[in-house]
Amino acid sequence: MNTDTESDDFRTRARSAVLAAVQGLTLAVAVLPCGVAFLVLTLVSVALIPVGVGLVTTPAVLTGVRALADARRKLAAEWCGVRIPVAYRPPPRSANPWTRTFALLRDPQVRRDVRWLPVDMTAGFVTALLPALLLFYPFEGFAVAAGLWRVTDGPYWYLFVPVGGPLTALAAAVPAAGLLVLAFRHTPRLMRLHFRLTRAVLGPADGELAERVRVLTETRRDAVDTSAAELRRIERDLHDGAQARLVAMGMDLGTIEMLVEHDPARAKKLLAQARRNSAEALEELRDLVRGIHPPVLAERGLGDAVRALALRLPLPAEVTVELPRRADAPVESAAYFAVSEVLTNAAKHSGADRVWVDVHHADGRLRITVTDNGRGGAAVGAGSGLAGVERRLGTFDGVLAVSSPVGGPTLVTMEIPCALS
Amino acid sequence: MRVVLAEDLFLLRDGLVRMLEAFGFEIAAAVESGPELSRALAELDADVAVVDVRLPPTHTDEGLQCALAARRARPGLPVLVLSQHVEQLYARELLADGNGGIGYLLKDRVFDAEQFVDAVRRVAAGGTAMDPQVIQQLLSRRAGDDRPLAGLTPRELEVLELMAQGRSNAGIAAQLVVTERAVAKHTSNIFAKLGLEVSDDDNRRVLAVLAHLDRDR
Repeated sequence: MNTDTESDDFRTRARSAVLAAVQGLTLAVAVLPCGVAFLVLTLVSVALIPVGVGLVTTPAVLTGVRALADARRKLAAEWCGVRIPVAYRPPPRSANPWTRTFALLRDPQVRRDVRWLPVDMTAGFVTALLPALLLFYPFEGFAVAAGLWRVTDGPYWYLFVPVGGPLTALAAAVPAAGLLVLAFRHTPRLMRLHFRLTRAVLGPADGELAERVRVLTETRRDAVDTSAAELRRIERDLHDGAQARLVAMGMDLGTIEMLVEHDPARAKKLLAQARRNSAEALEELRDLVRGIHPPVLAERGLGDAVRALALRLPLPAEVTVELPRRADAPVESAAYFAVSEVLTNAAKHSGADRVWVDVHHADGRLRITVTDNGRGGAAVGAGSGLAGVERRLGTFDGVLAVSSPVGGPTLVTMEIPCALS
Repeated sequence: MRVVLAEDLFLLRDGLVRMLEAFGFEIAAAVESGPELSRALAELDADVAVVDVRLPPTHTDEGLQCALAARRARPGLPVLVLSQHVEQLYARELLADGNGGIGYLLKDRVFDAEQFVDAVRRVAAGGTAMDPQVIQQLLSRRAGDDRPLAGLTPRELEVLELMAQGRSNAGIAAQLVVTERAVAKHTSNIFAKLGLEVSDDDNRRVLAVLAHLDRDR
């Protein structure tokens, strides 16, 4: 029983050692030409960007590099269980070659991919080859011991042993056997070393990831809190508003039905009241809808929604919008409510008699600035609506900056990374 | 009077058809989408179009865009636009060509059938029918710093509001329960105080008032 387990164990070990050696050898053979080819192609392609050709070739080459890196990541997981986290940015939707190329070149993961190429064809190559060397080299030692040393005229060097006769031939077999034992024990580990090296170069830094996780956890909690609070508000508004009015209307109609025969005058009065109630219910529903998703935003997008917002302000507002296409609906909505809050603040507290709103999209970011000529002194802090705006934007990795020296002017800048479609 | 009607909600479309027919209008077409509306406006020689802003297939401002396009093709084509919400932005776009024959009302206004039908007739005749909410928004924006407006008496402000909605002197007189002569006196006072040129043409008068209220400061 015991011996069975031991021999099973030995067999598994032998199999995994041989497997690791074969895998390493295959990798090493593939690594060098692929790595060299892609590194050269990338360098040439990037160098050709100023001429224009590079704009077309770079995205293609970088996609190839990514495929190569993807293949290695897959092998790492399948062969050695080494998981290499991957964090490409979403591909730019724009078909413009400039935008595409530079978005790719700015992606930290793509940069890591490219940096990995030279590492992979040197250190990566060696670490991939090591398991194979360790496993197959001892067999040369045994072959030498068995008589291979006779083929050369001078001494046959195996490791540090100059084999010149049967005795030294046996002496060569000793380190060979040692190496073989080492290989049996350690080839899979060496293979893992290769993939760990790959992970160190290809994978995002741990600190970066941890920070990202922290931010995401926080913004997710904020988003959930905000939306729950919104739902509660909507429920309350419906319950106390439109719903109550409909109940009152139903009651009035019942009374009218009773009165219409013998007291038409009172019935008529109640009818007028019912109509008023229905009009007010509609008005309340309209306000509610505006608070959930403003109709202009749905119909026209962010630019016109902000213009419509400015027209509702009690002070003159100058709006400039430069958005060639529309952003995603959730981003539009977040941006709209952020602008709405900032404008309301400006109108209520700043004492300004003019505001300027600028909305534009550049470098993959939606950028909105709201300036007023009021008395300044606004701050992102407890109680100010600006903290809420900051939280709302945070869900989209957006940021808010306020510059508001006492005496004014106040400049509020908001940025949300997003693509237009 | 032949009406082209565009409204995607069946209940409302049906109700509008019945109401307009009851008041003696002829429904040339009652359609439910933007493309159908464009075709109806191009092919049928309608006297007035009653159009919902939001229509299929996009469910954005399809109706408004169709109406504006039809008016570009046939300047002055009377269009009454209905919506669940009113925006000064849209009112501005509708009034931009200065041709008149424009209405822009909340859907709620159909509650009062007589007033609504009056608005349709006014628009069909080349007049204007602006929703009270649009006018109130304009006035409240002006309230702060518009000095000529601050010089108006409360009664004159009331008259101005109704005038901006597109009502005629007779209409205003009926609404405020005063004589037409009193209204005429108020309007000439208003025009003098705002520094506007007096005009006998009702429609030009409305457009002048709207332009005054909506001008950039």
